[in-house]
Amino acid sequence: MAAPQIKADALAARIAGLTRAPTGWLGAAQADALARLTAMGLPVKRDEYWRYTDPTSLTTAVASPASVFDARDESPIFGSIDALRIVFVDGIFDAARSDDLTMAGVEVERLATAGRADIHWARDLYGALEARGQTPVRRPLAALNTAFATDGILIRVTGQGTRPVALIYEHESVTSDVILHHCIKIEPGASLTVLESGPAAARFVKVMEVDLAEGAAFHHIRAQGRAHERRACTHIFARLQARALFKSFTLTANGALTRNEAVVELLGDDARAHIAGAAAGDGAFHHDDTVFVTHTGQRCESRQVFKKVLKNGAVGVFQGKILVKPGAQKTDGYQISQALLLDEDSQFLAKPELEIYADDVKCSHGSTSGAIDETALFYLRSRGVPEAAAQALLVLAFLAEAIAEIEDEAIADDIRSRLEGWLDRHTAQG
Amino acid sequence: MLNINNLHVKLADEDKVILRGVNLQIGAGEVHAIMGPNGSGKSTLSYVLSGRDGYMVTDGSATLEGEELLEMEPDERAAAGLFLAFQYPVEIPGVGNMTFLRTAVNAQRKARGEAEISAGDFLKLVREKAKALKIDAEMLKRPVNVGFSGGEKKRNEILQMAMLEPKMCILDETDSGLDVDAMKLVADGVNALRSAGRSFLVITHYQRLLDHIAPDVVHIMAQGQIIKTGGPELALEVENNGYADILAEQN
Repeated sequence: MAAPQIKADALAARIAGLTRAPTGWLGAAQADALARLTAMGLPVKRDEYWRYTDPTSLTTAVASPASVFDARDESPIFGSIDALRIVFVDGIFDAARSDDLTMAGVEVERLATAGRADIHWARDLYGALEARGQTPVRRPLAALNTAFATDGILIRVTGQGTRPVALIYEHESVTSDVILHHCIKIEPGASLTVLESGPAAARFVKVMEVDLAEGAAFHHIRAQGRAHERRACTHIFARLQARALFKSFTLTANGALTRNEAVVELLGDDARAHIAGAAAGDGAFHHDDTVFVTHTGQRCESRQVFKKVLKNGAVGVFQGKILVKPGAQKTDGYQISQALLLDEDSQFLAKPELEIYADDVKCSHGSTSGAIDETALFYLRSRGVPEAAAQALLVLAFLAEAIAEIEDEAIADDIRSRLEGWLDRHTAQG
Repeated sequence: MLNINNLHVKLADEDKVILRGVNLQIGAGEVHAIMGPNGSGKSTLSYVLSGRDGYMVTDGSATLEGEELLEMEPDERAAAGLFLAFQYPVEIPGVGNMTFLRTAVNAQRKARGEAEISAGDFLKLVREKAKALKIDAEMLKRPVNVGFSGGEKKRNEILQMAMLEPKMCILDETDSGLDVDAMKLVADGVNALRSAGRSFLVITHYQRLLDHIAPDVVHIMAQGQIIKTGGPELALEVENNGYADILAEQN
């Protein structure tokens, strides 16, 4: 069989059983996305963009089952943050567990219901940023998401200082295979914080499109679920107009496979985008941060700060790019990716890239991987701190630069305490 | 307090013998000084006592109040009352000095079965001790030793000592890299901690530190052994004549 046919068959198998919206603006957008997906085909391991992460488990017709993680009596993350809670159980919106979706200064709607209308603000956003993000690098799984998302949340913000929106993804079925697509539009000068948490499903494919108008601000803090066997492929597409601020932080502890892509375009002048992540993996853990930041406007600032702690054969991947377009003068781009390898079995694969077409810019990048500093460890122990606690302190210190990207101290404390919990469970044996 | 008996130590990775039968007894409340030329094994002695990796004890023992130190983990030795002021204090980016101090104090309390110190009491205590050492609030907030000057690092060591209240303090070339004023400040900090229940082992190249921290006993170390022991006058003799005479006498 010819290769194109094999590719077409693989795609047909993957999307068999998935449904699209038949009518309305959503139906039209999903038909467009399917056309994009069909033209691209599904990703395969030999694609350059998937060189370090095998996409097979994300592209098979049926998702591998994932046992449901029992967090026992642990209180849910962000539980103490006053937020508008929106709960999905295995990808299905659960009204009973969610708050009432009304909040001053914010419109919150379900994609599943809003998609049936003929006219809706989200019509111009849904799939639009994803489609823009398909060049220069193809992202077929994002197109697949746009084409077949069954639900999601549409948020339009006109006010400031509103309560955060908490998207909570419960995982209850071992075979759940979920596609969610969120659209967030923040009007001029408005701001929003979105918290995301939970494992969501055995296989979770998610897209979030964030459109920031002039002077808008978006804070995104995500804690991906602790379930060991879950697989996730997520995309965030963001577009920033002048003076907009985009901040995204992700904590990933556990998960068999995680690929988090962030595709951010600084379109207007004086915009700022900070993307950060802290990942902690022990054993069967493959974590991939793939980031693409495009500077189009002038005097924009971007930061990418990714830190990973790996042990027992865990694998960390970072593919990060800063593209500075012609005319994007006075760009300030920064990128750091670092791994702390707690043993010799773990691996960190990094591909930092800079592509610059403007002549008056400041861009720096760095990537390191190393072991715990034995001298520092001894220093702490000589002061009476037991080995496991000393190691935990040094690991948290290593992750500190990424966590520092979270502006809200209560949220940052929550993230820190989760990491401390992970370290308690995973470094006690040394 | 500290009893070192016939201690033999080699490097763990190679056949290089560093200590060749060290004997040393320090009584409660006493201040002993060890002087000696470079490479005599002074720093190794301090590392072996505090439990640093990379050394192998081939013979002998070292006890603190009758307890065998050499079988304990480094943190257990600290909880038992041993403290080493490092020659080169370690920088730990990302760990605040206050967090470091509180973690250490509480870890030792926990090891001894005591309750944790309250945040308020800790703050009060650390401010009071820091003030005496001219350590300002800014230094307490910064990451451990990061960006500290040589003098600040050494004062920070003494602050840790003051907070942890050990029984047996080893000062490894605490005077190195210090100007006269800084040395005096450090020495004042040490002297303030002298008490009947606390002993000191001061390792130094120079007599000048001993002008400020007066020792009861002075030992000369060479080639992995203590070759001569005397009173404070021995330090003056070294200062005036160098080690050559003492070494020659030994041979």
